[in-house]
Amino acid sequence: MNAKKQDHAALSEIFNKDEERVNWHDETLWWVRQKRDKAAFGVPEWEALRETASAIKHHTLSNLHDYLTTFEQKAVENGIVVHWAAGAKEHNDIVLSLLNKAGTNKMMKSKSMLTEELHLNEFLKEQGIETIDTDLGERIVQLLEEPPSHIVLPAIHRKKEEIGALFHIHLGTPEGNADPKLLTYAARLNMRDVFLTRKVALTGVNFAIAETGEFVVCTNEGNADMGAHLADIHIASMGIEKLIPQRDHLAVFLRLLTRSATGQPITTYSSHFKTPRKGKEIHIIIVDNGRSVQLGREDFRASLKCIRCGACMNTCPVYRRSGGHSYHNSIAGPIGAILAPNLDMKEYADLPFASTLCGSCSNVCPVKIDIHQQLYKWRQIIVQEGYATPAKKAAMSGMNFVLSNPGVFRAAGKAGRWVLRHAPYIAANKFDPWYKHRELPQAPKASFNEWYRKNREQHE
Amino acid sequence: MNVALFIPCYVDQFYPQVGIATLELLEKLGVTVSYPIKQTCCGQPMANSGFEHLTGDCNSLFINNFSAFDYIVCPSGSCTLHVKEHLHDDKNKSAAKDIRSKIYELTEFLTDVLHVTSLSASFSHKVSMHQACHGQRGLHLSQMTELVAPPYSKPGRLLSMVKGLELVTLDRADECCGFGGTFCVAEEAVSAKMGIDRVADHVKNGTEYITSVDMSCLMHLEGILRRQKSNVQIKHIAEILNAG
Repeated sequence: MNAKKQDHAALSEIFNKDEERVNWHDETLWWVRQKRDKAAFGVPEWEALRETASAIKHHTLSNLHDYLTTFEQKAVENGIVVHWAAGAKEHNDIVLSLLNKAGTNKMMKSKSMLTEELHLNEFLKEQGIETIDTDLGERIVQLLEEPPSHIVLPAIHRKKEEIGALFHIHLGTPEGNADPKLLTYAARLNMRDVFLTRKVALTGVNFAIAETGEFVVCTNEGNADMGAHLADIHIASMGIEKLIPQRDHLAVFLRLLTRSATGQPITTYSSHFKTPRKGKEIHIIIVDNGRSVQLGREDFRASLKCIRCGACMNTCPVYRRSGGHSYHNSIAGPIGAILAPNLDMKEYADLPFASTLCGSCSNVCPVKIDIHQQLYKWRQIIVQEGYATPAKKAAMSGMNFVLSNPGVFRAAGKAGRWVLRHAPYIAANKFDPWYKHRELPQAPKASFNEWYRKNREQHE
Repeated sequence: MNVALFIPCYVDQFYPQVGIATLELLEKLGVTVSYPIKQTCCGQPMANSGFEHLTGDCNSLFINNFSAFDYIVCPSGSCTLHVKEHLHDDKNKSAAKDIRSKIYELTEFLTDVLHVTSLSASFSHKVSMHQACHGQRGLHLSQMTELVAPPYSKPGRLLSMVKGLELVTLDRADECCGFGGTFCVAEEAVSAKMGIDRVADHVKNGTEYITSVDMSCLMHLEGILRRQKSNVQIKHIAEILNAG
């Protein structure tokens, strides 16, 4: 409960209390980054593909109103029912009404970060609807009653032994058995019953194609297909930014998506849904939920190019060492830190500061989002909107005064160095966060400026 | 050639030997260097904390100090990048623009402007390179591992000219050290852990000296090395290129 109120720094400090787990988390995700590198370097035209994907998304976002209406028209022609939702409430109400219409209080759902963002599971639970996540990672965090910590690898913060213990309780696997093969098999058997008995399946959407009115869902487990094919009603929830103009463009995005995500050449299943089978229904819910506001922010609209591969998380040295939950948002990591302030600037004021601005994220991003530049820009806005602490404001004004007055700077520097040499305990103590894990720099007697004045001819 | 030296504020105060090495190195290479003595800081500490709107005075001061020169050379990739990306002055737009295009980080000035092909330096030690992010991904001083592109390294090329120097390779060639300006105290736990992990990579691969184009990364890594009572030391690349 209280965890929600703590910021990224505080939550990461808690995560870092177990160094062995931090090392494991870091190494696991770095391994995924290395797999991505291997896959990317296998495609000589990789950088050209990134540039093309970025340009296609730029074009689509610039003409989104046209592509959305074209997509709707084509989808309706294909026999799909199209719904529009401005935000979480509208979306969740539409899902509920479809469940009510189908006369069921049970739903299955494959991977959808959008429904995490809209808190659909919690909403449906309150309405007496039981939702079962069919993606293995999502099912694990659902049983743990935790949010996903990563958009592609939802349970990456949990070790296999913990999953063995969880499955022992919920699925009756042998106690102490953490064999991934056995655990996956147990989940599959359990899921089979879900697939065979549920009438309504919800899936996410990876790409919606304007020219054909079809949509594509990418999974490795085939769970979206199992659900969608066996159910009477298939609901697909998508954000407005999921559109691409043409089917041909998939040739660019499908090559980038999984190589960036996990280092695979392509997802095991890249399924196209276009027309409902006889007697069945397909519903698409097109969701805004703040996206059109972000589209209106010139500095941040490129964040809507995101195809949710998670490469920026895997490469981020901060994410790897702070865990996804420290971002207290449905989407963690660098991309989450530039999307979240758009939804609630006060709640997520800390996230753009949870970065060293190293720039690795922007350079692995398959659609070339300038993530680290946007983090810098969000910092400026968050401060100007008044979300910096008074202590920080005072410190920055003081620093500015010292640094913009050469005489004051020299005097303050000299005094500071004197203190560090003669009374280091003033700075080197437990109240100084620097000193907790690091020694302070050794202060020299003379600054460079002082040395220069003694040793070289001076210039004003 | 009319060259000015920009020594970042914390280098001035804590690492004067880096400023001296930079100056001596440029002088050895026949450059006449001026050091405007009223200089302070590029303003990055405020700007990266979200207070870019406070940096107007710093920017005006910077312009006053440096606009008269053909080139500005700075032994820091991060401060150079900040000036290149964020030095603005509404009252003096053209001077600000001019400075943004004529400021160089030290190693890129040596390779791209002076076209240095040999150095008299000698440093008979095992040295490992910490790729400072702003120099690498911002100024493109060397190729980053994220891009599918041919490798190169301007600082690496210069280090290869140093007699006796053995360059040590790392397991993770270009991971951030976790300094990050005010990040180092605001996000102390993650910052320190990143630094500890970076140091471990260098130590494991048998280095004697960790070098970099940025002293701020090295200050952070030095703090960790000294806390661990390690024998491994840090040296700014200017000190190595000026050694012997």
